Amino acid sequence: MTLNVAVMPKNTARHLARYRDDWHHLAEHQEGYMSGADAHHELRRAAWEEFERIGFPVHRRGNELWKYTDLRQVDRIDFRFGDWDRHVDLARIAELVPMPEEWSNLVFVNGSLEHSSGDAPLTRIQACDWVGELADYRSNGFVALATAFLRIRGGSYLQFDRPREYVRPVHIIHVIDGSVGGPIVDNPRVAVEMGDGSRATLIESHVSLTDDVHMTLPVVEIKMGEGAELSHYRYQDNSEKSFHFATTRVLQEANSNYRSTSFSVGSDIGRNDVFTHLVGEYAESTLHGVYLTTNRQHQDNEISTTHAAPHCTSDQYYKGVLSGRSRAVFSGKITVERGAQKTDANQKDLNLLLSHGAEVDTKPSLEIYADDVKCAHGATAGHVDEDTLFYLQSRGVDYHTAQAMLIRGFAAEILSEFEDNELHAFLENQLDELMPALQAASDTIGTA
Amino acid sequence: MLKIENLHATVTDSDEVILKGIDLEVSPGEVHAIMGPNGSGKSTLANVLMGKPSYTVSEGDITVDGESIVEMMPDERAHLGLFLAMQYPSEVPGVRPWQFLKAAKDAIDDANGQKKTSVRQFSKLFDEKVEEIGINLDLIKRSLNEGFSGGEKKRNEMLQMQVLDPRIAIMDETDSGLDIDALQAVADGVNKMRSPERSFVIVTHYQRLLHFVHPDIVHVLVDGKIVETGDASLAEKVEQNGYRDYLAAQRNGK
Repeated sequence: MTLNVAVMPKNTARHLARYRDDWHHLAEHQEGYMSGADAHHELRRAAWEEFERIGFPVHRRGNELWKYTDLRQVDRIDFRFGDWDRHVDLARIAELVPMPEEWSNLVFVNGSLEHSSGDAPLTRIQACDWVGELADYRSNGFVALATAFLRIRGGSYLQFDRPREYVRPVHIIHVIDGSVGGPIVDNPRVAVEMGDGSRATLIESHVSLTDDVHMTLPVVEIKMGEGAELSHYRYQDNSEKSFHFATTRVLQEANSNYRSTSFSVGSDIGRNDVFTHLVGEYAESTLHGVYLTTNRQHQDNEISTTHAAPHCTSDQYYKGVLSGRSRAVFSGKITVERGAQKTDANQKDLNLLLSHGAEVDTKPSLEIYADDVKCAHGATAGHVDEDTLFYLQSRGVDYHTAQAMLIRGFAAEILSEFEDNELHAFLENQLDELMPALQAASDTIGTA
Repeated sequence: MLKIENLHATVTDSDEVILKGIDLEVSPGEVHAIMGPNGSGKSTLANVLMGKPSYTVSEGDITVDGESIVEMMPDERAHLGLFLAMQYPSEVPGVRPWQFLKAAKDAIDDANGQKKTSVRQFSKLFDEKVEEIGINLDLIKRSLNEGFSGGEKKRNEMLQMQVLDPRIAIMDETDSGLDIDALQAVADGVNKMRSPERSFVIVTHYQRLLHFVHPDIVHVLVDGKIVETGDASLAEKVEQNGYRDYLAAQRNGK
């Protein structure tokens, strides 16, 4: 038996030895680990071995999945995994995210559940016997690392069954407190099981208490039973110095309806990697989102749907507002497998560029192996329309106000899909707070 | 009130001269019609008055009550009481007509040192005008001009004009593409707003609107210049003869 796997020459992680130390430390100190009481130790070990083999996807050549997102600066930082002390100040957290009483609020700080309210059907991730089934750690350095450090305590396993109608939205709040010292990594793990015919609303928030460098590797796996309906709202506002690499994997049985709506404004480099797999007939998958970037932020949207059964519908629709020297990527993929007839798939990515230094790379990809399908895709990137600005100004509103109106109007279409009133009002407010930064870094139009 | 002197204008960042020396004086209470063939510069004139950035004034001046507005931004001109009903109003996604118009009215009131209209008062005014002009209530809930038909856009322009209550209302081909009902609605709106304090500059290709809104003074614009000015009978003459005599004279002149 060899515990230490031979170092693979291909691994690219600069601080591999450090991650290895952390991993062994965790392996030795986590209660129950290696005792057989730990349901995931095989998975964790296999994921670690995969990470040792591949490291981070920092290669620039032939690295199609990360073509527009350069990870070298991430690799240079000496991140640490561990069980950190936490200063839990709910009042402060409530300033960062809405926590109305009508929701079930689950507050995780640096990976550990510190507060819960409501009636969320929550157990620890340990109780879930299918973790890793949907989020494959193989060939994916971030998922491998996140899975290798899967916690024994913590994590969220949510089971929504049919007999109950879950009217309270379940709000999982992942808070990073970077003040505990050193650049830390958090790997929040969520498994959601939507029973046949169940309905629920899930809100997933990511925020930082401090303006530190840290890394978040959320992995969310969702199984949608037959006829299940889930509205999944995602809010990402981590520190502007942080790195956020999120993986969401959804398996959809027949007649299930999964709606994902995301709002991403935070982090230095952020990546939202969502994959929905439609395996049952008449499943519907709606992946929508808005991303707003400024300064030198980088937001990468890797959005993918596979139609593996007939009569399914999917809709990918993302909108970006970019200012300063920020960059965004939209890489949308639709795969229609042989036999997935009567597929109706749409993909759209629209971008509003507020500055000359901003850049968006859009990479649509359609792979269609069935012959009776409807697929449409489109992408645009443009500046604020000068005629429209003139139109608004001619009515008496000044340039700044008019520009803000147009930005708000552009984002409104996606924002309106956050149907919970409280959440919608919160996000509108977030947008308004971001507006001065977006506009300050804007240089595209001068109507003087 | 509004005075245009030797106005020359080009397309911004180009040498293309469109207005080649226009003189025009509009006194309070007057309705001026500016007629002209396609490409004569009449829409440009309307847009230059409002300060559209795609045109540049290269010579001459535009004053309102003696104050030059050439260097002013469009919103500053609106604060002075100018309004342009556009030929092709922009579609503005995500911006609701009510919210927008309230913001515009507040901005104008604020610039003129007046108190904001209360939401209730504004809603009352808005609803009244919507009904008067005959705007479909469903449209008002949508984004500004988005998916509006040509006629609906023009009615919406009339709504904005009536709510913002300008001193100088410029209408750029408001009658083009309108069915008779919409045309009548536009004309009723203008006639109701006619007053000794308010002036209108109506830019039009055809005489259609002028059957319903009787102008005090009619100008014929050809190739960036006013070539004839007269009373309402000039519009009838243009309707009978078209612009061919003017165009022929222009060609011979060269």
